[in-house]
Amino acid sequence: MSLQKFTVIESAVVPVQVENIDTDQIIPARFLKATTREGFGDNLFRDWRYDTQNKPVQSFPLNDARYSGSILVAGKNFGCGSSREHAAWAIAGAGFRVVVSSFFADIFKNNALNNGILPVQVSDAFLSKIFALVAVKPKTKIRVDLEKCEITLAETGEKESFEINAYKRTCLLNGYDDIDYLIAMKDQIEAFEAKKTWV
Amino acid sequence: MMQTLFDKIWDGHIVSSIKDGPDVLYIDRHLLHEVTSPQAFLGLDARGIKAARPGQSFATCDHNVPTLNQEKPIEDPSCRIPVEKLAENTARHGITHFGLNNPNQGVIHVMAPEQGIVLPGQTIVCGDSHTATHGAFGSIAFGIGTSEVEMVLASQCIMQPKPKKMLISVEGVLGKGVTSKDLILYVISKITAGGGTGYFIEYAGQTIRSLSMEARMTLCNMSIEMGARGGIIAPDEKTFEYLKGRPYAPKGAEWDQAMVYWKTLFSDEGAVFDKVLTFDASEITPMITYGTNPGMGMKIGDSIPSGANLAESDRISFEKALKYMNLESGQSLLGKKIQYVFLGSCTNGRIEDFRLFAGFVKGKQKHPDVVAWLVPGSGNVARQIREEGLDKILTAAGFSLRQPGCSACLAMNDDKVPSGMYAVSTSNRNFEGRQGPGSRTFLASPLVAAAAAVTGQITDPRNDLN
Repeated sequence: MSLQKFTVIESAVVPVQVENIDTDQIIPARFLKATTREGFGDNLFRDWRYDTQNKPVQSFPLNDARYSGSILVAGKNFGCGSSREHAAWAIAGAGFRVVVSSFFADIFKNNALNNGILPVQVSDAFLSKIFALVAVKPKTKIRVDLEKCEITLAETGEKESFEINAYKRTCLLNGYDDIDYLIAMKDQIEAFEAKKTWV
Repeated sequence: MMQTLFDKIWDGHIVSSIKDGPDVLYIDRHLLHEVTSPQAFLGLDARGIKAARPGQSFATCDHNVPTLNQEKPIEDPSCRIPVEKLAENTARHGITHFGLNNPNQGVIHVMAPEQGIVLPGQTIVCGDSHTATHGAFGSIAFGIGTSEVEMVLASQCIMQPKPKKMLISVEGVLGKGVTSKDLILYVISKITAGGGTGYFIEYAGQTIRSLSMEARMTLCNMSIEMGARGGIIAPDEKTFEYLKGRPYAPKGAEWDQAMVYWKTLFSDEGAVFDKVLTFDASEITPMITYGTNPGMGMKIGDSIPSGANLAESDRISFEKALKYMNLESGQSLLGKKIQYVFLGSCTNGRIEDFRLFAGFVKGKQKHPDVVAWLVPGSGNVARQIREEGLDKILTAAGFSLRQPGCSACLAMNDDKVPSGMYAVSTSNRNFEGRQGPGSRTFLASPLVAAAAAVTGQITDPRNDLN
């Protein structure tokens, strides 16, 4: 089993300038009923994207024709709340490969990485710069280079480096899967169990 | 080397450390429910493997279950199918399942401690962020995603970067009518919904020691609401007393052997934390939230703060929250009319919560305009309610009890608060739409919920304690 490899993505962005976006907003609980990983993208940000009559809310960035691309940009503390991986599946299902924010919730970060989505944590100042730029130039592009761990505004050349642990970076660059790694550790795990003393 | 409680358990469970990467952590107990597990079982099927250690996993169905007529088949297929899949998957892999026909079925984080499944010094995971609950027993317990559920099923291990450590120390005595729910809502209001991100919290101090196991579970449960992976409390005599004799707790010589390990579970004098916060319990009053994340809380008698001095991006989010709630800065919530009350969830669905609620409403009457959902956290809690005669008090006051499940905490079943309506809820999240599309949630303690249920408005329960 392998993930889609990730190297460089250059794309226009979809900006959602809201802080503390919890996973209930990313994918509301009533859409968690499917027992496979497919189909969640249609309900990404469901209650912000559609009104109570199921009509698209035109002002919401995902419905705004000015915005497109595979990079989602959001306010700080993105992905807080429920551990539902359905949030990562919905983001991937809607065609995103990168989420940019100035702060990510821990569980969301792991879930994103386990689905080949790169969470790029930037400074508050850089995030504000992106929002400001997109507000005046909606088609502006951002380049995310995982090899160099750099995010660049194509328009101005301004860049910032981002952190990711070396192991996860290798996994994403090569499309490796943690589960294969763990299954291959069978003997070591059994040796650990043999000496553990607690219940 | 002085170690924190967290370090002792985490380091003891490392099978291997990857350079510049996560630790491979051994998992003692794995809890499963029907929402976050089906895709993990599909993953095992795709690899052609079975659960590696089925004896260390325990499952129950809770999120999708109705809270009325549980003995009948679930009508809504979108709820029924995940529940059926869990039964099939656990049977196929030899995992113990507390299904709807099991008298101890319930919310996973209520059921598992009652059964003695979670023990001090263990690593415990579940595809559910409120797994933090089990830190009350002195274990490292945290929520994971479905890919990680698959990792644990496949290998009994998980890959995790080690979090930083925070100590939250609380001294002093909680006032009358102030519960551990108020304590945690107070702490979150001080450090914000993201203030614990990257940390694992140890709760310590005299106030924490004085809490019952149920109250400790409520506290640890909401650690995730400030972004922390979990919260842990060193086990003590209360912990051991609670566990002794529970169905899955060790017995006889095994108990004695376990106690030797459990007695080592405390932070050494002088152990270093990355961050230390101290709070004074006597400053805390009953709490209420006013916004759309659990950090937006205040003392019940306070007025909603102003967002005027916040940075622009913070202010946009603050104003969006108040607009959603249809509330204004400067407004007091006392006297605010509410339409729904929910007592239950993995936060406040335990016997002690029902004792508090029943104790308050005894001799009073439910307000006629309030719809109250009283949902025991498990079959065991429901039985205790009857054994203690709390059901009679509740019935006399105009309330009725429903059947165990997550219910209106996240409204995956029929228990949905209608759009625009206000609910006082003992659950853990006041996110937009959490209790049903358009619903507006005030998070509070069981006592504040009881006071709202009898008055039809937000009321300080200390004015009318029995």
